[in-house]
Amino acid sequence: MSILSFLDRSHTIAKPGFSRWMVPPAALCIHLCIGQVYAFSVFNLPMTRLIGIAKSAPDDWKLTDLGWIFSIAIFVLGASAAVLGRWVEEGGPRRTMFTAALCFGGGFLVSAYGVSVHNLWIVYLGYGVLGGIGLGLGYISPVSTLIKWFPDRPGMATGMAIMGFGGGAMIASPLSVWLMSVFSTPTHVGVAETFVILGLVYAFFMLVGSAIVRVPAPGWKPAAYVPPTQPQKLVTNKDVYVYQALKTPQFWLIWIVLCMNVTAGIGVLGQASAMTQEMFPGRVTAAAAGGFVGLLSLFNMAGRFFWASTSDHIGRKNTYFVFFALGFVLYALVPYFGGAGNLPLFILCFLIIISMYGGGFATVPAYLKDMFGTRYVGAIHGWLITAWSAAGVFGPVLVNYIRQYQIDSGVPKAQAYNVTMYIMAGLLIAGFIANFMIQAVDDRHHMAAETVDDAVGVA
Amino acid sequence: MSFDDKDGGGTTGLELVLAWGFVGIPLLWGVYGTLANALKLFQ
Repeated sequence: MSILSFLDRSHTIAKPGFSRWMVPPAALCIHLCIGQVYAFSVFNLPMTRLIGIAKSAPDDWKLTDLGWIFSIAIFVLGASAAVLGRWVEEGGPRRTMFTAALCFGGGFLVSAYGVSVHNLWIVYLGYGVLGGIGLGLGYISPVSTLIKWFPDRPGMATGMAIMGFGGGAMIASPLSVWLMSVFSTPTHVGVAETFVILGLVYAFFMLVGSAIVRVPAPGWKPAAYVPPTQPQKLVTNKDVYVYQALKTPQFWLIWIVLCMNVTAGIGVLGQASAMTQEMFPGRVTAAAAGGFVGLLSLFNMAGRFFWASTSDHIGRKNTYFVFFALGFVLYALVPYFGGAGNLPLFILCFLIIISMYGGGFATVPAYLKDMFGTRYVGAIHGWLITAWSAAGVFGPVLVNYIRQYQIDSGVPKAQAYNVTMYIMAGLLIAGFIANFMIQAVDDRHHMAAETVDDAVGVA
Repeated sequence: MSFDDKDGGGTTGLELVLAWGFVGIPLLWGVYGTLANALKLFQ
């Protein structure tokens, strides 16, 4: 017996009496930690003065070079989630969470060494590549487990975990700033020590999650839960193999749905501070704009839970219809409220938009489960994450370049975002059409019954 | 939301409180800090 056999899926099968409500905290242990990636920018400025301390020295790293750390991590997140998704499904959640903990925590430790010897390539390798693998594995690891524990409320269950990813930055940002203040001296910035502490703390938290997590025994159902006996139009009780799912139009339509929803939201998130200050000059200070960004983070997080839970009642397709239709109206209204100087309604529009951005992330695992079954939903979700990577490039570039083009064309700064808002509204129409086209997966894509039985046997 | 979906007596209430507290306390701390910062928008 291997020394690591406790990581096997067979060792994580819940015994009778195990409460399924232990599984969301296990998932949150992972997602609250890896959500740190959104707060990585707090290290950028301190890392530009590791040598100069008070201000950047000529040999210090440049911000443009440091920006690659985050980009590499997000790219590797998407790539590892896609490539390793099948291993995640077949190896089970504990093995994946354990590996994610070692990679994410280890990434910080390697980066701490890179900072201490002032070698940026080691930081790229540490946080970017190793940490990125931890991000990818951690992001998809609890999804199918939660769906199997909560067949009656899959949206709510995955919404809880993915809400943690949104909330992780709220913990990481002040914690990192505080740690750097503790370790900084007149001759030292304190980034390396902060990385070491964060690496150890995050690895510990994630390992606790991997210890708690369990998979349900074959055939387990929640008490009083009766699976629907009538076939539902857009909810299958059959399974599609991960690579077969990639051959279906439904996968790519959902890919477009997620990409459009994320593109529309991510462009705003990155520009929120500058946008409010430029659209309301003299009324919104830099500090107030920072407060607006904080409020957006809260609604981004809360929307993940709210909309994913709502989708259990109104259906996934209808939930995305709400995102796209309501989002279109709100984006179209933003320039009007901005022009009229109506700050409260302007803010309200964006808070609802950003809640739907988070909701899009959190609802999509349950949408995949409805379309492709539960067996390979984590692995299929891993491939879908590439839509996020694409949107992460597309959204900010779209907003930045259109704004700059407007300003170069002589449009006042206060109105430079109007065209962007209308283009975002257009993207949502494209998402609406893609969502409208989604039909049930053709029967020829489903796994044969004996294959599913074999798979369930190891579940 | 309730925590009563158990099939037997395996998981204790204390274990549930500890597990949720382990993730809930840091999360609430983060939310509180963000909310306090967000209030600057209305000042």
